[in-house]
Amino acid sequence: MADTKYIGQNYTPPDLVAKVTGRARYAEDFRAEGMLFAKLLTSPMPHCRVRNIDASAALAMPGVKGILTADDLPDLGPNVERALTNEPFYAGEPILAVAAVDELTAAEAVEKINVDLEPLPFVVDPLDALRPGGPDARTTGNVWGAPMPGGVGPNAASPVKTIKWTGEQFADADEGRLPMGEPTEQWAYGDLDAGFGNAALVLDETMVVQSTGHHPMETRSAMAYWQNGKLYIHASTQSVAQTLPNVARWCGIMPQQVVLISEYTGGGFGSKGGGAVSTCIPAMLSKKLNGVPVMMRITREDENYIGRARTNMSGRTRIGFAKDGRITALDLFIVQDNGSYGPMGDHRSAGLAASIIYQPQAMRWRAISVLTNTPPRSQQRSPGPMQANGQRAKLTSAFIVEALDKGKQAFRWDERKAYSGQRRGAKVRGVGVAVGPHGSGSIGFDSLMTLRPDGKLYVQSGVGNLGTHSVMDLARVAAEVLAMPWEKVEVVWGDTGKGVPWSCLSVGSQTTHAMTRANFAGANDLKRKLQEIAAKDLGGSPDDYELSNERVHRKGAGGGLTYTQAAKRAIELGGKYDGHEVPEDINVMTKGAAAKHAGLGVMGVAKDNYPRNGTTYSFVIGFAEVEVDVETGKVTLIDYLGVGDVGTVINPRSLLAQIKGGSCLGIAHALQQKWVFDPKYGLMLSRRFHYSKPLTILDIPATMNADAVGLPDPETPVGARGVGEPPVGAGYGAVLNAIADAVGVDVFRRAPVTSDLVLMSLENKKRMHEPLRAHV
Amino acid sequence: MDQPDSPRSGVTRRAFIKGVIASGAVASSAAYLFRAGGEIFGQTSAPGSVERLITLNVNGQMRRVDVMKQETLAMTLRYKLGLTGTKIGCDRAECGACTVLIDDVPHYSCSVLTHTVRGRKVQTIEGLANGDQLHPVQQAIVDEQGFQCAFCMPGFTMAAVGFLKTNPNPTRQQLAHGISGNLCRCQDYDKILTAFMRGAEYMRRSS
Repeated sequence: MADTKYIGQNYTPPDLVAKVTGRARYAEDFRAEGMLFAKLLTSPMPHCRVRNIDASAALAMPGVKGILTADDLPDLGPNVERALTNEPFYAGEPILAVAAVDELTAAEAVEKINVDLEPLPFVVDPLDALRPGGPDARTTGNVWGAPMPGGVGPNAASPVKTIKWTGEQFADADEGRLPMGEPTEQWAYGDLDAGFGNAALVLDETMVVQSTGHHPMETRSAMAYWQNGKLYIHASTQSVAQTLPNVARWCGIMPQQVVLISEYTGGGFGSKGGGAVSTCIPAMLSKKLNGVPVMMRITREDENYIGRARTNMSGRTRIGFAKDGRITALDLFIVQDNGSYGPMGDHRSAGLAASIIYQPQAMRWRAISVLTNTPPRSQQRSPGPMQANGQRAKLTSAFIVEALDKGKQAFRWDERKAYSGQRRGAKVRGVGVAVGPHGSGSIGFDSLMTLRPDGKLYVQSGVGNLGTHSVMDLARVAAEVLAMPWEKVEVVWGDTGKGVPWSCLSVGSQTTHAMTRANFAGANDLKRKLQEIAAKDLGGSPDDYELSNERVHRKGAGGGLTYTQAAKRAIELGGKYDGHEVPEDINVMTKGAAAKHAGLGVMGVAKDNYPRNGTTYSFVIGFAEVEVDVETGKVTLIDYLGVGDVGTVINPRSLLAQIKGGSCLGIAHALQQKWVFDPKYGLMLSRRFHYSKPLTILDIPATMNADAVGLPDPETPVGARGVGEPPVGAGYGAVLNAIADAVGVDVFRRAPVTSDLVLMSLENKKRMHEPLRAHV
Repeated sequence: MDQPDSPRSGVTRRAFIKGVIASGAVASSAAYLFRAGGEIFGQTSAPGSVERLITLNVNGQMRRVDVMKQETLAMTLRYKLGLTGTKIGCDRAECGACTVLIDDVPHYSCSVLTHTVRGRKVQTIEGLANGDQLHPVQQAIVDEQGFQCAFCMPGFTMAAVGFLKTNPNPTRQQLAHGISGNLCRCQDYDKILTAFMRGAEYMRRSS
């Protein structure tokens, strides 16, 4: 789009004042008459079976209103996680919930419940599960098999299988190299043997990336009640439209019976992609108690267990380089710690990302996704590509070279490179660069908006308000197409009772791409209707009319209708003009929402049917300078720059914040954040913030910059792609490369690169850490 | 802390703290103690125990409120006084989302017993603006579009306002230190600092 008024301009999102004054209400901020509180009883063991629950003493307590167990929840099919279970697969998994008049009573009631548990074999390290005779995480097996026929998407349904590797195959483990046995999946292209044969240098390296919890600031608390057979639920989700059918499924009801309110979400990072399964607990407790409101506050401790985490990956890479640096062959083997549920597909995304970033002439990817008795994983901001940093995909566009050039100059790369690696006192500097790639946009979603007689444009937004501002940004496109003053655009979001169109999951950097396309379609539908209404009333053909100054008028300065007049005419005309007739191809949710708005004004409603040739990827290039203190092992990040190739920029300030914030997550993975497990008892030691060590404001570099090349993607009408994930891998890779530049490539083979790890390796002049343990 | 442990009351301060420690150390779901007003269950309020109906000075208003002796200020604000702008992110003094000012000094309200703030001045995010007129620091956040999901915003803002009262003209680094007791998981720290530096400027200009 050329000559834009709103796209590419900063603005103040309409929810900001509510946030800054404390008026914005997140899920736990709602109250209802007679509201009860729920508390969870969670498994103290990593794997066990519930033999018996005796809740009689608890239920006899005054103020205790009810109990919910797995038996009260619908069966969601084989291997599908439910909110409560009779066979916990990880310590911390909820077994039951109690509702009482207040939280203390609920907590006391939980303590009075006798649960008889039968301990079962467990495993917290994926390699232990693959060893001959090693324990299985489930009684049915230890790994997820390949997706079943017809399965689509990175997390397609798979069977649980049992695979053990041989003692011989484990011989490599004794030397710190990842053992490689039978994979569950693989693909290859090119001639791998020839590639290695032609290589001037062949490396064989093992690298371990740890799991970390998502830990959004807002835990997955929820409040629910029933009225007239409908469930009203206040929950925290990244994606409003997409969460509605999930809530219905978890509760065993129809989507039409659910009203989901989620106007503000305190972060998700992939952990609340389609909502949180635990939110059905207060809903089902309420149902059991005749609809009385139930609030379930999730503590930080609970969140640590049920709040999702990134998969752990151990990877072994054999890589051949030609003399000019070109990669001739790449043989990648990944052991993924999938956690207790899933199946996760990060290992697949990692393989794809490796093929895209490194462009090897020949490549093989083999992987196995292992079940462990550790908390469930979900996609975490850049799932897979961060850990990788198949097949050669055709991309819609990529301007990596432009981004690299821009960053190289802005970062003064050559100047810094000249002094990197030189020791000054105890300090040595290093610089690093990395490309963070990620799929960045889906297609085919719907748009719904109405231009009403009050002269305002109401844009219905079905994505979540999780802080990226894409929930509002998508309406900027409508304002642009309809030449509508932004002050007269009302974004309606966060409440399915108000009618929202079928929208993408706000995960995987999809939203900006998917929903700018959809709203471009919806706004153009509305524009066409305005032109047709004007032509009907004033003569001529619709194409004779254009939009400006809140009028649809003959091209030039001819006669026309004000938007208010046109909206009134649309209501008189009815049919498609005011939404009484809608396109056949839109989703049933959009049809329902359109029915709510029919007759209110001119309706723009459409599915994104724009073509797309290729896979949509965004890229961020990270540039980092670190200082390593070789006497203490401390790594300090001095400077950081992220440069995005993300298509047309919709909201510059928000984009740069995404690049910096996302990079910080990668930086945290590189330097400090991790999970630690006690392998003997299968219990987590890094619960809560203090032990999992997220980045603080003192850990960011003194200067932190971001930029974008701003070149439009030719395969989408607005030109914009998503940005949430790519900076994570960029930050992660750039910092690791900078550390290697400072102190040599042999210091670490796992992340995070903590002080003790650096110091031990430097003092002993070789890698000293145990490279293969999953959670240390 | 001016309330003595009373062996006659149902839950002593020592027992409360012990409960907190225990629930933080095991995989227990009994991680939070809360009791709504009204009838008391599972606990007798013996003669001589702490008075429940107290008056608090919150955002310049005197508020009568029924407070259990083990109740934290965060819970009183959120569940008794309807001031839900104060967020609970961890409930264990790790994240700062619940930060409020007590006599102009930032405190984690999740770790302050409500009874200890009697006679003191409590200010929350709701009390910053003067009617529709935003506090300079709030205005700076709007102007710089500080924060993303903003769940940490109220706590961060109160921490910054408190810090700027003691150091109205900080360097970026001093400011970072001053608000380093607060976590942001969107990790929008760079922009948060930019917004608060502007807030400092606005405060200097307005005073």
